[in-house]
Formats: sequence, structure tokens, C-alpha cells
Amino acid sequence: MRTSLGERLLDLAVSGFLWGFRILIVAAILIGTIASIRAGKYTSEQWIDFVVFGIAQGSIYALIALGYTMVYGILRMINFAHGDIFMTGAFGAYFLATWLNSTGFIDKNPLLGLLIPILFAMLVSAGIAMLVERIAYRPLRGAPRLVPLISAIGASFFLEYAFRGFFGPGKYAYPPIKALEGSWNILGVGILKVQVIVTIAAFVMMAILYSIVMYTKMGKAMRAVSENKDTAALMGIDINRIIVSTFAIGAAMAGAAGVLFSLVYRQIDFYMGFTPGIKAFTAAVLGGIGNIPGAMVGGIVLGIFESVGPSLFLEGLGIPRPYQLKDVIAFTMLVMILLFRPSGILGERLTTKKA
Amino acid sequence: MAPILTAKKVTKRFGGLVAVNAVDFEIPEKSIVSIIGPNGAGKTTFFNCITGFGKCDEGEISFEGTPIQRLRPDQITKLGISRTYQNIRLFADMSALENILVGQHVFLNSPWFSAVLGTPKVRKEEKTALSEAQRLLNFVDLKGKGDMLARNLPYGAQRRLEIARALATKPKLLLLDEPSAGMNPRETEDLTAFIHRLRDELGITILLIEHHMRVVMGISENITVLDYGEKIAEGTPAQVQSNPRVIEAYLGRGAATEGMATAHERYTKKAG
Amino acid sequence: MKKENFIWNAIKTGLLGGAVAIFICLIGMVEIFSKRDVIEKTITLGQFVLLATSVVAGFVASRRTLSLLGQNKPVPNLIAGLLAGLFTGILIALLVIFGNQVNLRAVFLNASPALYDLLTLKKGMGNIWVLPTAGAISGLIGAAYLLLPQILRGPINRSLLFVIFMALFSGLFRVVMINQGPGMEIAAKFLFGQSGLTLSGTIIFFIIVVAITMFWNNKGRDIQTSISRLPKNRQLSLRVLTFALIAYIALGLPLVSGPFIAQVIVTVVLFILMGLGLNITLGFAGLLDLGFVAFYAVGAYTVGLLTSYGQYGLQHIPFWVAVPIAVLVAMAFGAVLGLPVLGVRGDYLAIATLGFGEIVRLLAGSDFLAPYFGGPQGIIGIQKPCLGILGEFIKVDAPRICNGIELGKPQDIYYIAVASALLIAFVAWRLRESRLGRAWMAIREDEDVAEALGINLIQTKLLAYMLGAAFAGLGGAIFATLIGSIFATSMQLIVSINVVSLIIVGGMGSIPGVIVGAIALIGLPELLREISEFRFLLYGATLIVMMLAKPEGLWPSQATKRELHHADADNITAENLI
Repeated sequence: MRTSLGERLLDLAVSGFLWGFRILIVAAILIGTIASIRAGKYTSEQWIDFVVFGIAQGSIYALIALGYTMVYGILRMINFAHGDIFMTGAFGAYFLATWLNSTGFIDKNPLLGLLIPILFAMLVSAGIAMLVERIAYRPLRGAPRLVPLISAIGASFFLEYAFRGFFGPGKYAYPPIKALEGSWNILGVGILKVQVIVTIAAFVMMAILYSIVMYTKMGKAMRAVSENKDTAALMGIDINRIIVSTFAIGAAMAGAAGVLFSLVYRQIDFYMGFTPGIKAFTAAVLGGIGNIPGAMVGGIVLGIFESVGPSLFLEGLGIPRPYQLKDVIAFTMLVMILLFRPSGILGERLTTKKA
Repeated sequence: MAPILTAKKVTKRFGGLVAVNAVDFEIPEKSIVSIIGPNGAGKTTFFNCITGFGKCDEGEISFEGTPIQRLRPDQITKLGISRTYQNIRLFADMSALENILVGQHVFLNSPWFSAVLGTPKVRKEEKTALSEAQRLLNFVDLKGKGDMLARNLPYGAQRRLEIARALATKPKLLLLDEPSAGMNPRETEDLTAFIHRLRDELGITILLIEHHMRVVMGISENITVLDYGEKIAEGTPAQVQSNPRVIEAYLGRGAATEGMATAHERYTKKAG
Repeated sequence: MKKENFIWNAIKTGLLGGAVAIFICLIGMVEIFSKRDVIEKTITLGQFVLLATSVVAGFVASRRTLSLLGQNKPVPNLIAGLLAGLFTGILIALLVIFGNQVNLRAVFLNASPALYDLLTLKKGMGNIWVLPTAGAISGLIGAAYLLLPQILRGPINRSLLFVIFMALFSGLFRVVMINQGPGMEIAAKFLFGQSGLTLSGTIIFFIIVVAITMFWNNKGRDIQTSISRLPKNRQLSLRVLTFALIAYIALGLPLVSGPFIAQVIVTVVLFILMGLGLNITLGFAGLLDLGFVAFYAVGAYTVGLLTSYGQYGLQHIPFWVAVPIAVLVAMAFGAVLGLPVLGVRGDYLAIATLGFGEIVRLLAGSDFLAPYFGGPQGIIGIQKPCLGILGEFIKVDAPRICNGIELGKPQDIYYIAVASALLIAFVAWRLRESRLGRAWMAIREDEDVAEALGINLIQTKLLAYMLGAAFAGLGGAIFATLIGSIFATSMQLIVSINVVSLIIVGGMGSIPGVIVGAIALIGLPELLREISEFRFLLYGATLIVMMLAKPEGLWPSQATKRELHHADADNITAENLI
């Protein structure tokens, strides 16, 4: 028997559809961009604003994405609760920063006023992440892939609503650092100080992470486990410890990102981790899941697209209030990457199964 | 006899590792042939290339004249190739009958809404399918075990069930991946007889991967030997047994000694 | 040495229990739960939860002692339980003491004087000894439970569950019974208090269930054999009788339970309906669709646009025509969204579908599509179903007059929902036994082998996806009619998660399971405001617990198969290939 005509038609429909979808998106972007530039609604200063904001935003996503990518690289598991870990760091830092602020500490020592909450956030996030790993993930290590994913979804809700229970449903205002108010004049363009510092801080953290992974003993062990768990175990590496450390480090990065996010957006609430979490996952897949430089690249790319996109192509397409659809851009990128290039820009690095 | 399957320069890479390296291969129709080789030689990967499970990177495979290297597994099955697996991959939580019924998927053609409505056509189809499944069950000696969950069957029965399921697709070419693994000598003899029946009674061409030399030597009309992804020998059992490269591949350099020749004589005598 | 071990173990368990108890206090559960009684005027739900924590701590400690010290040394077990409970209580006491010294409230909203009052039974610091003592006693009970003979444990388990169930739903039962007439009213007031069970009610229920269970354990088998010995038509009539009874209750319930509860019941049935739909996608075919809400939205918006009389109603089409259209539109949407995405591997599929759900929500509520979908204001004025002929379309702001019976009340919609649910259940049941159902199960068990047996993966998965979408659309359509309006903000991920949780808790692929899941996860929070507060927290915990307790039961173990392989190329599935 051969493949039926109906099936072949459907196969054609699928490929046709996928191609049509690609063409549609590319066309939309091109037409929108051309129209926007022609309309000239925004000055070049404003464009630079958008790009800089995109980079700042993107570097925050990149920090969070690191956690996703490392955990997926080792365990092939989407840590759905990672976005909420980001949120816990922000809250931890909030309370410490508020207290420091009340004693005037932050005004007198802006650098420390930035670093100490970050460190505290990293501790809180890492701690909670290790707890979640121990309770919700470790017992499920051998299970089929969807099982830990569902557990992770449960953990995500649990964290969100536990924090809602602790701290209430309202938004909290993160104490701003006075020294970061205002803008600097860089190359003739006014750029918000906050955005610069946030970007630099994020890059510094990524550099630290990269050196840890590349040059330290533990980093090498992490890469080994990521390549091939069984062989690494045979080499005497304590798989469990490495897995826990991976969670902890990824969470620490996310916690730091929480502080940076709070500095930019000034507000935190219990649900703040959901959307950034998904976007960070998008960034991780965009760059190539399991690939650490990939997460960084993916984050920045996503951030820029998200920031520039609405004004660049959505507006050109005649969409009113394009900023409402900012998230749609991110989600559409997610879907497109998963459909068309699931291995990402820089390619996947996953645990191989074949010995 | 015309070859039912021809493979030319089939190559498959996994990252930097070349698992199958430019292998040429032919299976004459209605024959029983084997592929042997040390562990990791690329035998199962080669199987996978044929069945469409992970496309081969280079090379051509054609089945009854149709090129199949770019087809999906379900399309290849519909053309008439079926397989079993090295580690039994039955649907553990379905019954033996249900496993076989899944194998008949391609022959049941009523659309799903007919199933909901319960039209006479659907009911007749299901009835035919069920009796055919029973027949297959009997053919592999599993009569009466139809309602047992696949996971509860003893090992030997599971192997036979997997073959029955593969037979349900009415293949012209059947690929068996280490079918005698874990069997005792008595079961192995039964298996050998069974494979002969498949070819003699049902006209199915058989391609075997095997480690059990007695089975291989006894049953195969032609043997291909792979090592590190390359074909290093091909021929009748007698030719392959005395091929020094083959001996070397299995036993290492310098193993082509008197002692080994004697052992091979013993094999040849048994296989008759 | 071992003796020390078990004591230390018990203390550790107690500390863990204490941490859990403090957590429960700090998220505000104790305060809110204290507003409801379990046993009227005796134990509040809040106290119950804390006591339960100690009991569990005692139970766990006792069980560990059992495994450390071997069988049947009652004294160490009891000591372990006592210690564990004691430490749980001590930690809670420490919270109160610490809280009175330090202003915890600056951080944790619920660490308030009100909480401390509750914990000390309003008698202040002097009463703090209550906590460790209560803890110790509960821990002891937990440990003692382990020592009960097996014959008693089963009945006591069932009784406890039943009593708790009755206590939680006491409001419902009370209202229903009062509505039946004066005789029932007296019984109702005797068994059920204003909030929770009366003391006498508790005792009565407990004893009755224990008695029934013990009776069944003894005589149950005999009864079953004697039933199976009855002639076939008698058996058939017994079954018909049971079904009739269930049907009577199911159909009669909304009529006797008042408007609020009727609304809850309809909601539960609608979630059952959607659960059955998603059951086809997830339970049969194993596709984790987190974007289920997108199809719900499509169904809702289709009905909204077609039947509403406001400015967005495109046409004024009767309910009975609009709903099938909504189902078809949802199905088409399922095809469009499913085609590209179903080739993607399992966990990525989950996230991709989640993305779809979010995209639909954002687009539906955006200003961009506001002229068509009402934007943030949504669509209001959805016409109720009408058994009869609709009057002329008069003007934009008023509903069309129904020349017949207007089915506007929740009770009416209930019957529509039940009928639809039965339809879906029937379809699901038929499909499961068919070639398609087997193909789905095969895909769920081992996708690659299924493909190798000639199953076209994408098309088969697409059917599952589309059917799930169709039924989600049906749910959305009926919901929209029930509520009369739709807002994009309600089409959140949480709806998808709700339905997924239903199925998981109830047991995948099982129709009674979906019903149980819906009652537990949807009915309970709706009826109990207190649980509603912590609904999502409990969902999260439930998902985790279900995965920990029964992961293999939900999906067959591919993992065990992988463990069996050596250098086995045939386990390199298409997913694992780099």
C-alpha cells in the first residue's frame, strides 16, 4: 500500500502553510519597517533610546536565560519555575534595600547599595531554587520529559502564590538609587544612567559565569556532565552535586537579574516572574538551548527586537498602540524559533545519549 | 532473483562520529540474510537508515525500485518494510491483541467519525482486524494470551509478540534486530525454524542482525560483516567464517590461528 | 546507636513539620481558614490544618522509626511521634514569641497580632504552652495510627476523608436538605452547623462510615458474588437502577440548590466538559497542550460576536446555530495552530502552545483588534438560548425577544452543559476503542515505534489536537452564554492549567476521574471562599504531589526503556539526534 492521496495533500498543506507563515512574517516586518522609516515619526535619538533600552532589557533576559539553558543542557528539563526564582530574588533584595535605604546607607554608598542587594538576592534565589530542586525535581530525574515539566509548572504556581500569601497581591516600589537617576551624555546622546549600569552589571555577571564554567574545576565538571552524564559519573564526578550547583548558579543569576529589573521598572509584585520567565526561555532557545554564549546572544537579540519592534514594524503596519503587542512579538518569536530552527542561532548543546 | 532492497554508499554521521561509512548492500528477494559485526559496528544504525528512523546523510536506498532514503518511517512501512527492536519496544500498557491491532493500522481505513457513529463498515473492519490479530497470535504461539498486558508477558513471549506486531503490517521485507537475544538453545532452535517459516510460507524476505553465531551461520544465505561502520566482508557463511579480517575484527589481531579455525569447523558442521 | 538515631530523626521531622506549619501561618492560611469551622464551635479549619501538620509529622517520624528499629516496638514509635509533634508545636510557639519581639510584619504581611492571637487561642503569651502540647498530642496520634491493625486503618481512613468532605461541603448539603422540607430541615440542622459539622454530626458520620466500611470488608465479597450469581437481567436492572439514581441526583441537583450553588454546579460541569475534551488531546494522545485557553477563547468570542446585541455583535444569530459554528471555528483554529506545531518535541510543544494561548489573549484584548473584538472592554450582552423563535432584531441595545422559553438561568444552562458533556463523553469513549484511539495510545507510549507501524504522526496528533480544540470551543461558547459577557483578561494561562490539572488529578484517560478532578479542583474552591484564596497554591502543590506519587501511572516508562540500553543506536530517537 502506498501513502494515500489525502495524506500527500495534507503533507503539502503542512509545508505550504509553514512556508506561507515564514513569508508572511518576513513581509510584515519589511513592509512595516519601510513604512515606519518613511513616516519618520521617531528621531534618531529616539531610535537610539529604543535600542539602548532593548540592550538593557535584553541583558536582563540573558541573565535569566542562563539558568534555563544550563538546566536544560544537563537535565533536558524546562525549569518552568525559573521565572519565579527571578521574582524571589527581587523580593529578597527589596526588603534588604528598603531597610538599607531607611538608614541612608544607599545614598552614601551607591556602589555597595547596588552590590549588597544583588548578593542577597543571589543567595535567596539560590536557596529557594535548591529547595525546589530537592522537593519537586530530584525525585523525578528518570521520568519521561513531561513529568518534570508538569512538576515544574506546579512549583511555579506554588512559588507565585506562596509569595502572594507572604507579601500580598499589591505592587511594591523598589527603592531607587539616587546616584542612578538621570542620564549621561554618551557620544552626544542622552542615555539613562540606570540602563547603562544595568547593562554593565549584567555583562559583568555573564563574564563571571562564563569564567566559572570555562576555567574552574566545577565549571569543567558541569560541562562534562552536560556532554555526557554517564561518562562524567565514571570519571568520579558527583553528578548530584553538579546538578544542584547548576541550579544554584543559574538561580543566582536570575536573582541578580531580579534586582536589575527592579531598578529599571521600579516595581515588583508576586507575578512579575511569569512573562520575563517565558521571554527568557525564548531567549535561551533563540540562542541555542544548552549553549551559554547562546543564551547571552539570544537575550540581547530578543530584548532589542522587543523594544524596537513595535515602533519599527508594528506601527508601520498601522497598528494603534503597538506597545500593547510587545509581548506578542516575543511570543511569536518563540513560536517561530520552535517551529523553524529549534536548535537556535548558535546551535544546541545537549547531553548526548549515544556512548 | 532481483534484489528487493539496494543500498548504495549509505553514510550516517553523529556529529564527528561516522557510524555507517559508505556501505553498499543488496538483499535478494525472498532470501534470508544477516548483518553481523562487533558491538558499535553500526548495524542498528544501518537498520535505522533503512526504516527511515534518522535519515542517512549520504547514499541511496531503494526498495522494490522505489527510492526510500528521504521517506518518513510510516511511508516506508506502507511500502512493505517492517522491523523489530533490539530492546523489546512493545506498547507495555496495551494488551497483546491491542499491540497487534496497532500494527494493522494501515489496513483499517474508515475515517474517525465513522468510528464514533459505529457504522456497519467500521464494525466489519474491526471484526476482520480482530480475527486477523488472533490468527497472528496463534501463528507466534501466543494463543489465548491476547488480553494479557504486554508488560506482563514473559520475555520470550514478548519477543514473539513483537514479531507478530511487525507481521501485522504485512511486510515484504522484515528486519529483525537481535531476535535471539536472551533466548535459551531450545528457543533459539524454534526461532530459527520460525524464521524459515516466515520466508517459506509467507514469502517474506528477512534481514537479521545477530550476535548468536549458530543462528547466523545456520540460517543465512548471505552474511555481511560491518566493523566501525564499514563493510569488511560479505559472502556465504563458510566464506565469512574463514575470512581473516572478520576473525580479526571480532577477536583482535593474531587471532587467525589454528585454534580458531578448529572452532569454526565446529560451527560449520553444526550449521550443516 | 540506633536509639539515638531515631530520636534525632524524630526531632528533624518535627523541625521540618514546624517549618511547614510556619509557612502555613505566614501565607495567611491559618487566619483565613480560621473563619470556617470544621466542627462547629470546636475546631476551625485553620486549627485543623495546623493539627494535621503535627499529626503528619508524628506519622512520618513514626514510620521512619519503624524502618530504623524494625517491627512492632510500640514505645519508641510513640516517643518518636510525640517528639515530632512536640517540635512542630515548639516551632510555632517560637514564631509567636519571636513575632512579639520583632516586627515581622514589615516583611511578612500575615505575621500580625491577629495571627498570634489565633495561635494562642486569644489568651495571649501565657497560653503559649498550648502549642507544644497540642503538637505533642497530635504527633502521638499520628504515631499511634501507624500502630493500628490494618483492618482498622482502612475504615478509619475512609471515615476521616468522608467526614472532612462532609465538613467542607456542609454548606451545600445543609442548603439542599433544608430546601427539601421540614423533616429534612431538622436533620440538616442536627448534622450540619452554620459552618462545618456539628459535634454530633461528626460522630455520627464517622461511626456510620466505619461501620459501613467494616461491613463491606467483611461481607462485601459475598455480596458481590451473590450479585454475580443473579440472573443476567437482574444484574442489568441493578445497573440501570444505579444509573437512574445517579441521573436523578445529577439532574435534580440544580433545582434544589439555589442560584449560587447552581452557578457553581454549572461551572463544574463545564470544566468537566472541557476536561473530557482535553482528555482526548492529553490523556489519549499524550500532547501537553498548555494553550487550551486559546480555543476556549475562540469558542467564546465566536458566540459572543454572533449572538450579542451590543455594538460588536455582527449578526444576531440564535444560540443553537451559533454554538455549532463556534465549535467548527475552534476546530479550524486547532488545525491552523496545530499543523505547524505538532512536529515539535513534547516539552517544546507545551511551551509553543502556551505561546499561542498568550498571543490569542493579547490580540483579543488589544486596541489593534478592538473594532472587532471589543478590546479591553470585551463583549457584553450575549443572548441567552431560546427554545422558540426569536423576535425581530429591533435595535442595537436590547436583546431580541424570545417567543418561547428563554433558558436564561444557570439551571437551564446546566442541562445544556450536561447534554454536551454526555455527547463528548460518548465521542471520547467510542474513539478510544477505535483504530484512532489505539493509534493515539501507541503514540503516547512510544511515538517512534508507532510511526514505524505506519501511523502518520502529524495527522494523528492533529486529529487529537483538533478534537480537543473543538470541545474547548464548546466549553467557551457555553460559558460565554452563561456569563453573558467575555473579557480577554479572563483568557489566561490559568484556565489551561486548570483543565490540565483536572485531568492529572483525576487520572488521565478516565472519565469518572475527570469528574472527580473537576469537583475537587473547581467545585471546592468555588464553594469554599477560604480555599478559593489559596486555590492556585493548592493547584501547584497538587501538580507536584501527583507527579511525585504517580508519574509512571500517567505515562508509561520510556525512561526504564532507556535505562536498558547500552551502546544502543536504536534508542537514538529523532529527538536525541543532534
